[in-house]
Amino acid sequence: MRVCPEKTVNWSAEGGRINWFKYSSPQTFFPLAGMLAPWFGALAAVFCVAGLYIGFFIAPTDHQQGEAYRIIFIHVPAAWMSMFLYLVMAFWAGVGLMFNTRLSGMMASALAPTGALFTFIALWTGSLWGKPTWGTWWVWDARLTSELILLFLYLGFMALQAAIDEPRRADKAGAVLALTGVVNIPIIYFSVRWWNTLHQGASVSLTSAPTMAATMFAGMAVMAFGFWFYSIATALVRVRCIILERERATDWVADYMRVPK
Amino acid sequence: MNWGSWSEFFAMGGYALYVWGSYAVTLGLMVMEIVLLALRGRSIHGELGRARERGGP
Repeated sequence: MRVCPEKTVNWSAEGGRINWFKYSSPQTFFPLAGMLAPWFGALAAVFCVAGLYIGFFIAPTDHQQGEAYRIIFIHVPAAWMSMFLYLVMAFWAGVGLMFNTRLSGMMASALAPTGALFTFIALWTGSLWGKPTWGTWWVWDARLTSELILLFLYLGFMALQAAIDEPRRADKAGAVLALTGVVNIPIIYFSVRWWNTLHQGASVSLTSAPTMAATMFAGMAVMAFGFWFYSIATALVRVRCIILERERATDWVADYMRVPK
Repeated sequence: MNWGSWSEFFAMGGYALYVWGSYAVTLGLMVMEIVLLALRGRSIHGELGRARERGGP
């Protein structure tokens, strides 16, 4: 059993500078995450309400797709988050593998369910959008198939970790899977360019102006921030659960439980 | 403003099933995640609290 090594190390800030390594220990990150989570939750609510207002009441009807296009305000932000959260998850998994820090593995585990959620939402809303616009719920084209593989990567990561009792070994095995799966992200992103797909090309890219009405883009961007803040909030709450579950035998958790809540 | 009335809003130009089907499932899943997280937090706190009462770690 690993005891808390941080206790013997002086992590405190020196010379007035914030020592970020201080927060790499579960013990010090736990209260910080608890303090930040409600703020990100509130930001998520504000941005989602604003995004939906723009999406339904300000953005005009699309002249080709009518009102069906309004699925875009969750479909695209959810698809962005599904890829972005995977990269963040793989990043923390990789950091854990390299530096053997406990918190990194916990962060990766905390992000996976939210990533899987947004992947499922992207697929679900895409299916409901595909039916009226393409005439089919599903097609095995490159974009849809690679996004489905992303869902299986998330679920595989979670299943693999759940199957291994020892958390540090589960972190390592999960990290190898997560890092291997990173190759799928550029495949998803560029699939609409590399292959002939039914899925349309990107309406918004880093290199060119959005090919859509400004208010439509605004609704989508605000929703994307809403989903981002939501992901941060849920990941912080989940990592707190994971910290307590894994560190239950430590002195600091015993001390924490002694404080009346 | 896009909508003349609430019924027009809910009809979504004939695409109500697809639009509201997307939004309802998204909202439902997000609420579900929040509830599951709250239950997970309560469960581990309860477990640790009971362990403390027994005097163990």
